[in-house]
Amino acid sequence: MKKLLLASAATALVASTAMAESHSDTIKIGIILGFTGPLESITPDMAGGAEMAIDEVNETGAFMGGAQIEAVRADSTCIDSAAATAAAERLVTNDGVAGIMGADCSGVTGAILQNVARANGVVMISPSATSPALSEAEDDGMFFRTAPSDARQGQIMSQVIMDRGIEEVALTYTNNDYGKGLADSFQKAFEADGGTVTISAAHEDGKADYSAEVASLASAGGEVLVVAGYTDQGGKGIIQASLDSGAFDMFVLPDGMIGQQIVDDLGSGLDGSFGQLPGSDSEGTAIFQEMATEAGINPTGIYTGESYDAAALMILAMAKAGSTSASDYAGEIMDIANAPGEQILPGELGRALELIEAGEEIDYVGATAVELIEPGESAGTFKEIEIKDGAIETVGFR
Amino acid sequence: MTDFLNAIVALSNFVLVPGAAYGAQLALGALGVTLIYGILRFSNFAHGDTMAFGTMATILVTWGLQSIGISFGFLPTALIALPIGIAITGLLLLGTDRAIYRFYRKQKAAPVVLVIVSIGVMFVMNGLVRFIIGVGDVNFADGARFVINAREFKEMTGLDEGLAIRTTTLITLVTAAIAVALLFWFLNKTRTGKSMRAFSDNEDLALLSGINPERVVAVTWLIVAALATTAGVLYGLDKSFKAFTYFQLLLPIFAAAIVGGLGNPLGAIAGGFVIAFSEVLITYAWKKVLVYLMPENLEPSGLVQLLSTDYKFAVSFAILITVLLFKPTGLFKGQSV
Repeated sequence: MKKLLLASAATALVASTAMAESHSDTIKIGIILGFTGPLESITPDMAGGAEMAIDEVNETGAFMGGAQIEAVRADSTCIDSAAATAAAERLVTNDGVAGIMGADCSGVTGAILQNVARANGVVMISPSATSPALSEAEDDGMFFRTAPSDARQGQIMSQVIMDRGIEEVALTYTNNDYGKGLADSFQKAFEADGGTVTISAAHEDGKADYSAEVASLASAGGEVLVVAGYTDQGGKGIIQASLDSGAFDMFVLPDGMIGQQIVDDLGSGLDGSFGQLPGSDSEGTAIFQEMATEAGINPTGIYTGESYDAAALMILAMAKAGSTSASDYAGEIMDIANAPGEQILPGELGRALELIEAGEEIDYVGATAVELIEPGESAGTFKEIEIKDGAIETVGFR
Repeated sequence: MTDFLNAIVALSNFVLVPGAAYGAQLALGALGVTLIYGILRFSNFAHGDTMAFGTMATILVTWGLQSIGISFGFLPTALIALPIGIAITGLLLLGTDRAIYRFYRKQKAAPVVLVIVSIGVMFVMNGLVRFIIGVGDVNFADGARFVINAREFKEMTGLDEGLAIRTTTLITLVTAAIAVALLFWFLNKTRTGKSMRAFSDNEDLALLSGINPERVVAVTWLIVAALATTAGVLYGLDKSFKAFTYFQLLLPIFAAAIVGGLGNPLGAIAGGFVIAFSEVLITYAWKKVLVYLMPENLEPSGLVQLLSTDYKFAVSFAILITVLLFKPTGLFKGQSV
C-alpha cells in the first residue's frame, strides 16, 4: 500500500513537471483564495475578478512578446494555515507560478507569506487581507495588498459614529485576525475620540447559535452595535438574533458586513444602520461594474474589484520589468500603482502594456482607485453608506 | 415588583427562550446520533450532513410548493414539505447503507472502521449538498415571524424589557416534543420498536429469537432520517440554512449525545439542553438582571460575566471532559465510549 502510494505520488509529480515544461511560453499566476470554508460564498467572484484581468491581457496578446498567462486556482480554506501553506507550496514548486494573487483571510495570508512566499522569493498581492498586523510583518518586499489596513478603517469608523453623535457602543467581532485587528483598532480610535465601548465580545463564525453572545451584548448595552464580522457568517447571525430579541435596532457595519444579500435577508430590520467600506467614487468603479456584469460576475461583490486590481498590478509590473522573476518585478509594483503617469482604468490593460512597451510611465487606477503607500498597502478611501428602505445608499467618501 | 418582573423578562428573552429552542434542536440531532450508536454500534460522523441533506430536500420541495401557490397560513410552508423531505432523506440513507455500510457490517468490521467509513460518507454528502443547493445562505422561513415581538410586548405590559417569542421557537419546541413522544412510543410499545431495543441490548440473543437484523437496520435508518431532517429543518427555520454551519453542528450534537450517555435516548434529550444552556448561562453578563434586582447602591458597574463569550465552546467541552472522566457512561446510563 505504502509503495503504491509512493509510486502514484511520484507519477503525479513527474506528470505535472512534464506539463509545466511543455508549456514554457505560458506564465502562470496562482490564485489562492478560500474556495471552501467560511468565505466560500464570496471567493468565486473574487477569483473571477482576477481572471478577468488575466483574460483581458491574454486577448491583447501584447504581454511580453505574446506570452499567455494562465491562472491556477488553489484553496486557502481561509482558516487552516497548514492547508493553505501546503496549497501555496504546491503552486510554487509544482505549478511554478510567477506570483500569487492572494490570499484572502489575514491569518492564512500571513502563514503563506512567512512559509512560502519569503522562503521561495515569490510576490504576493492580497486583495482582501486587511489585518493591521500584516503592515509590520517581515516581507522582504514581497508582499502587497490592494485593500487598506484595518488600522485605518478603525479610525474612519470611529469618526463616522462620532459624527452621528453616538458615544456609547457595544462591539462584537469575528474571532480571527481580521475581526480582532479591526475591533482593536476601532476601540483604540473610538476611546481616543472620547467614546465608550461597553463590551467587546468575540463570536465564532459558522456556529450553530449566537444567543449567548447577544445576551451578553444586550446586557452591556449601548446605543448601537458595531459588528466586525462577515455578511453570511456569525455577523449575520448576531444581527438576526439581536433584532429578534429586540436587543439592538441599529448596527454599524464595516466592510465585511456590507452586501445586498444581508439587506435582502434581514429586510426592514437594517433600515437606518450605517457603515463604511473601502471604495471610491472613481470612474474605474463604474467601468469595472459594467465589465464584471458582462463577464457574469457579481459586480458589487466585496473585494471583486480589489482582486482584479491585484492581478492587473502583478501583470503590469512583470511587463515593466520584462521579467517574471520576483526580485525583478517586485520593485515595480509601487511605481505602476502610483502617480506620475498616464491613468489606467479597468479595460485599458492593453493600452497600459503599449505604454510600458513605449517606455512611458503609467499610474494604475483600476477598479478601486489603487494608491499604494509604504509598506505596500492601499492608502484607502472609504465609502460611508447607510441602509435606507432595503437599499445600500452611499452617503459620502472619507 | 416591576423591577423583579423586568429582570425575569430580560432573563427569559435572552437566556431561557433561545436556550430552550437551541436545546431542542440539539436534542433532536443527538437522538439520531444516539440511536445509530445504540443499534448500529458506531458514531455516525455523517449526521450533521444528513441533517443538511434533509433540510436541502425539504427546501427544494418548499420552493416547489411555493411556486404552485401552496402556503400554510401563518406557519412556514416547510412544515408541509417536511414529510417529503424525510422520505427523500430516508431513501438516501437506505441507499448509503446498501452501498456502503452493509459491506462492513457483513465483515463484522470494528466500530472504529465504521467511524472512518462514516467520515467518508460525510465528505460525499457534504459535496452533494453544496453541489445541489450551493454554499450560500438560504432563508426559507415564511409565514409569521413572531408570535409576539419585543416592542408589542413592551406596549402590552408597560415593562421596560421586551420579550420576543418567534413562531419558529414555538414550532421547534412543539415539534420536538411530538417527535420525542412518537419515538418513545415506538420504541416501547410497538413490536418493531421492541425488536430494535432487543437488538441493541444483545445482538446474538436477538438473532437467536428470530429478529431480522436487516429489517432492524432499515427501520433505524428511517427513524434517523426523520429525526435528522426534522432537526435540520427546525434549525434552518429558526436561523437559516448554510451547508457549512450544519457541518459545524456536529460538535455540539456529539457533545450532547455523550454527556447524556451514548445509546440512551433520554440522555440525548437531557444532553441537548445541558449543552445549550451551559453555553448561554455561563457566559451570560448578569449586569442587566442584577441592575433590576439589586438596591441602587449595590448595582454592579462591571458586566458581572463569569467567562467571556470567547470561551463558550470551552464550556461545553469542559463539561464533556468532566463527564467522561467521572462518569464515562454519561449522565444517564449509556454505553461507555
